[in-house]
This record gives sequence, structure tokens and C-alpha cells, in this order.
Amino acid sequence: MKFSKLAKVAVVATVSVALAIPSYTTATAASKFDTAKSAAEAGGMAALRSQCKKEGQINIIATPDDWANYGAIKKAFVAKYGIKMDSADEEGSSQDEINAADRLKGTNRSPDVFDIGTSVAVKYTTTHFAPYKVQVWQSIPASNKNADGYTTNNYTGTMSIWYSGDLPTINSLDDLLKPEFKGKVALNGDPQGSNAALSGLFMVSIAKGGSFDNIQPAVDFFKKLKAAGNFINVNPTAATIASGQTPVVIDWTYNQVGAAEKFKAVGKVWKSFIPKNAIVGSFYNAAISAWAPHPACARLWMEFIYTPYAQNVWAAAGASPVLWPVLLKRNQASEDGKASVGSGRAFAASATAAQQLKARDVLKTAWPAAVGTN
Amino acid sequence: MANSLKTEASSHLGTGSRFLKRNSSYIGVLPFLLVTGLFLIYPTIYVIFGAFRDLEGKPSTVILKKTFLDEATRRAFKNTIELSLKTAILGAILGALVTWAIASGKEGIFKKFSLSLSGVLSQFGGVMLTFAFLATFGFNGLVSSYFLKHFPDSPISQSTWLYGMNGLTVVYTFFQIPLMVLVFFPSFENIKKEWREASDALGGKPSEYWFRVGIPVLMPSFLGSTLLLFSNSFSAYATAASLITNGTFLTPLQIADSLSSEVGGANAATASSLSLFMVIVVIIVMTIYTLIRRRVSKWEVTK
Repeated sequence: MKFSKLAKVAVVATVSVALAIPSYTTATAASKFDTAKSAAEAGGMAALRSQCKKEGQINIIATPDDWANYGAIKKAFVAKYGIKMDSADEEGSSQDEINAADRLKGTNRSPDVFDIGTSVAVKYTTTHFAPYKVQVWQSIPASNKNADGYTTNNYTGTMSIWYSGDLPTINSLDDLLKPEFKGKVALNGDPQGSNAALSGLFMVSIAKGGSFDNIQPAVDFFKKLKAAGNFINVNPTAATIASGQTPVVIDWTYNQVGAAEKFKAVGKVWKSFIPKNAIVGSFYNAAISAWAPHPACARLWMEFIYTPYAQNVWAAAGASPVLWPVLLKRNQASEDGKASVGSGRAFAASATAAQQLKARDVLKTAWPAAVGTN
Repeated sequence: MANSLKTEASSHLGTGSRFLKRNSSYIGVLPFLLVTGLFLIYPTIYVIFGAFRDLEGKPSTVILKKTFLDEATRRAFKNTIELSLKTAILGAILGALVTWAIASGKEGIFKKFSLSLSGVLSQFGGVMLTFAFLATFGFNGLVSSYFLKHFPDSPISQSTWLYGMNGLTVVYTFFQIPLMVLVFFPSFENIKKEWREASDALGGKPSEYWFRVGIPVLMPSFLGSTLLLFSNSFSAYATAASLITNGTFLTPLQIADSLSSEVGGANAATASSLSLFMVIVVIIVMTIYTLIRRRVSKWEVTK
């Protein structure tokens, strides 16, 4: 009796509070901008531009400023179109991007555009993304895009080992096992969850005689590295690198070129080593949210990141943009870009979504066992 | 108790709607119900239902079974329970000694200060605590740099111990001790001076008093507090997540990984299954805790 009364009161209270919560959902009716599959369908670039101006904002997620120099691209976009940018959850993973879109669906804060790893992207292609073909669609190789335009590759990188010039020169992976590297080697993330870290393991595995289908040699190597006391369970960031906490970092080249410049500015050296025959990359994908609260700005962003300007920013940061071969051919490639990613027209090999999933299954048990406890 | 409150409240209200008159005493409890409903009961139900679903969200026990049989799950559980047990026992013993010191001290500003400090420190967890330890014992930390300079061969100069089970044990114990002081102190206050006086008057030695009166009276409360400490570190996440950024060897870290992995394999059903197993452990611990509390209450009603 007492309980039922309590329950009644609770229900009344819950309902009234739920009603009182101000609804902050947008009431914008679906327009042609929500469904436009190209700039032409939206009425041309000028129409996109003026509609985006009205929307006034773009929401972007999981793109830190120092990741492939995204900071420069974001700043240039905001300046060019005179809108606000909400850059959320910068350290988030690709799955976090999808989770955020699900959670914030129907609100103004839901992400408009994604920068997303392939193995997550393939799971949500038709459910979460809006198909859109950028103006330079024809120049992008068929293997670098979803045929319907749900996702388009934007850039890939090269896995490498970056280290402080104060340390002995690294000539082979096994050098990392030496006592000089005690407590110094870090990997960018947990390979069970991070595409960058998993790619690092693929690099080590391939250098050690494994392949994209066989991650075991990498596990064995890291186990030895941990046993020697050389591997540390620290996620390297710009701060840990600057402070010297992580003097050896396995990461994408495009995340470290910036660090190298900062080192140079203070008279220090931050250099890289790539094991022989172990050039590993991994394309990220650009996509528009199927329920982007700012659909015109989202489409404008897609166009913007495939301009020679943005592609050159990525190249200068050490990321190979998907249009790099085209820029080289058309003489639009910047000198900075050539200095960072070279003038080669082939991209580094990368694992398929299935190969990543297979590796993750192995790592789920093997990785914590190899590096977890001490 | 509730009844007497109710009649008192209604007598003050005088006229008014009958509904209000009858239920006014419950209004105070509403925020509590709302908060527990939203942040405790709803998530628990969500987790239970989520655990019994497959990848497409249809009812099934496939994922639950797979997660249960997974070696990674078992290893993480073993580590989490081991860590919780170690830090609970360590925290309980050290915390009890500190409590003893505070309780047998003079009444005054120092006592009040120590208790407030315990209250603050027991909540000093997560990123702040990790940062404190990194700044002290991490690479380039204050203490580790000093040791590296003067005792380069000592284990403290190499900070690798911090980023594993040993490190977690030390860091967790840091917030367990003040929590122990906080929950154990009231029981110490319940010990009556007269008991000690009686023991002394009858010719008992201090050791005899402690073994025959003090410890037996405090034991149930001590065990109860230890269990509380166990669930405290069993469910801790932020501290571990900020310290261990590589290697999901604890269950809470595994749950986070199965929610956000970007190399595929992320699914809410696995996360819910893992959470359900954690809920079961906590239910068992809390049941034992309740049974022990009954025994404790026997001494506490005298106050």
C-alpha cells in the first residue's frame, strides 16, 4: 500500500519533469538540402553557401587540431563561410562518432560530418550516412569511394616510429629492445580500440614476417618489449611528447610531422623510422550524417575538404590525401606536401575491415596478456 | 516512524486537498526517487535487457554466453576482483589504524580536520588522482626524477611499475584509506568508555580488552566496511582509464572498449553482458554486507 502510493507519486513527478524539460529539437522541415546527393541537386555551390550561412553552424566530431593538421582546415572553413563550428569529443574514436550521432539524433548538437575509420564505417553505411558525391567525384578512384557516395576516402597515412634525437639511432625494430629504450616506447592507443594503434601492430607484424592476416608476430614483439620494461602503457599526446614522457612513439606520420616542427623550433630533433617493407596505411572516410542538423554546411564541408587547398594541408602534415596523384598530375601539389609525403602516386597498403576484425579477435585475449599486467 | 511523521505533517497543514494532505510527507523523498530512478534503476534495467540481446537487438543469449565463455572476460574479471580485494584489505587495515589514531586522540580541531580531510580525500579519485601520481612517480615525476638522479638502480626511478596492476593497487589504496576512515569512524565512536573502565577495574590488560571486547565489537563493522571498499574499487573506472591508456585488463575498461572500439567489434550487447556480470558480483557483495550490518546494528542501538 505504502509502496504503491510512493510509486504513484514518483510517476507523476517523472512525467511532470519530463514535460518541463525544454525541448531543444529543431523544427526545420526536410528540405532539398537534406537529401541533395550533389552540389547540383542542392541548386549549385552558391545555393549551398547561402543556405549554410543561414544555418550558421557546423558540428564536427573527433577531429583534434593536431590530427593531420585538421586545425588549419577547420579554421580556414570557418573563416571562408563565416559560420560557427562546434568541434566535439576531439579525442573520441570512430565508434564514439556514431554513438554521439545516435544519442543526439534530432537535436542541434548532433554531428553533421564524420571522419571515420573504415571498419566502423562499413557497419553503418546505409543507416547513418547521407549519400553525397563531391564535385571532384570523377577524379577519385573507384576503390576509394562507396559507389553511391555514402562514404569517400579522404586521406591515409604511413605508420612509423618517431623518436627523440637524444636517443641512439634506430636501424631495426629490435633496437627498441635495447636497454637504452627502457620505459620509453609508447603506442598511439589501445590496438583493440584504436585504428592507429592496430595499424602500428600491423606494421610491426609485417616487419617481423607476419601479415595483415597474422598479427601474432606483433603480439610476440610487444610482449618482449614489455618484458624488457621498454613498453609503457601510456597513450602519447602532444603533451607527453613535449614533456619527454614518451620519447618513442608509434603513430601515423601525419600526427607527428607537427611535433617534429615544434622540436625543431627549440633546437631538438624528432625523427622517424619505418621498418623495411612494412609500409602500412589506413584510409579514413568522410561522410555526412543522415540526420545532419546543418545539411547545407555539411555538404559544403565535404566540398571543402576535397579542394586542392585542404588536400595540400593534409599532405603538408604528412597525410596522403586521396587526390594526391591528381594534384601531382595537375601541378597543384604544394612543395610542403611533396616534402612530407613525397611525389609517389601509390598509397600505402592497408588492412581490410575483415582483417581488422580478425586481428581484434586475437588481440582481445592476447593483447592484455602481452602488455597488461606487470 | 513514517506514520508518526505523516500525522504530524497533516495536522500542521489543516485544510487543503486530501491528496496533498495524505501524501505531503512523501514530497521530500521525490528528488531521491527521481535520481535513483533515472541514474540507478533505469540503467540497471537497461543493462539487464541489453545483455539478453544479439547484435541486431533481438532477444537472445548468444552474446551473453559468448562473453561469459570468453577468456578475455575471465582474465579481466580475475584482475578486477584481485585488485579490488587487495586494495579493500589494504585500505581497510591501514584505514582502521588511522581511525584508531583519530578516535583515541583528543577532541578538538585536529580531529575535526582529519575527518573533513578524509571526506575530501575519499572523493579524490579519477583524473586528478592519476595526475597527482603521474606528477610524483610518473616519468619525469618529482620523486622518480630525484631517485633517477641519486639512486638510478632503485625501482622507483623506473616509472613502469605505475602503469600496471602494482600502480593501480597503490593508487586505489590512496582513496580507499580515507573512505575507510569515513565509514569506520562511527563504529569507533560507539565503543563506550565504560567498557574499557570495566575491563581495567576487573584487572584486564589493554591487550585483553582489545582481544575480548574491542575487536569482537568492531569486527562486523570492519568486515562490512571492507566489503564497501571492495565494491568501491570494483566499480572504479575513471582512475584506471586515465592511468592505463593501453591494455584493457580490467572489466570496466573492457566495457568502455566494447562500446567505442573503432576497429570493429564494438557492440552494446557485449558491454551490457559485462555490466550484468558486474551487477551480479555487486549484488552478492551487498547481500553479505546487509547481513553483516544487522549484526553491527546490535551494538549501535545502544547509542
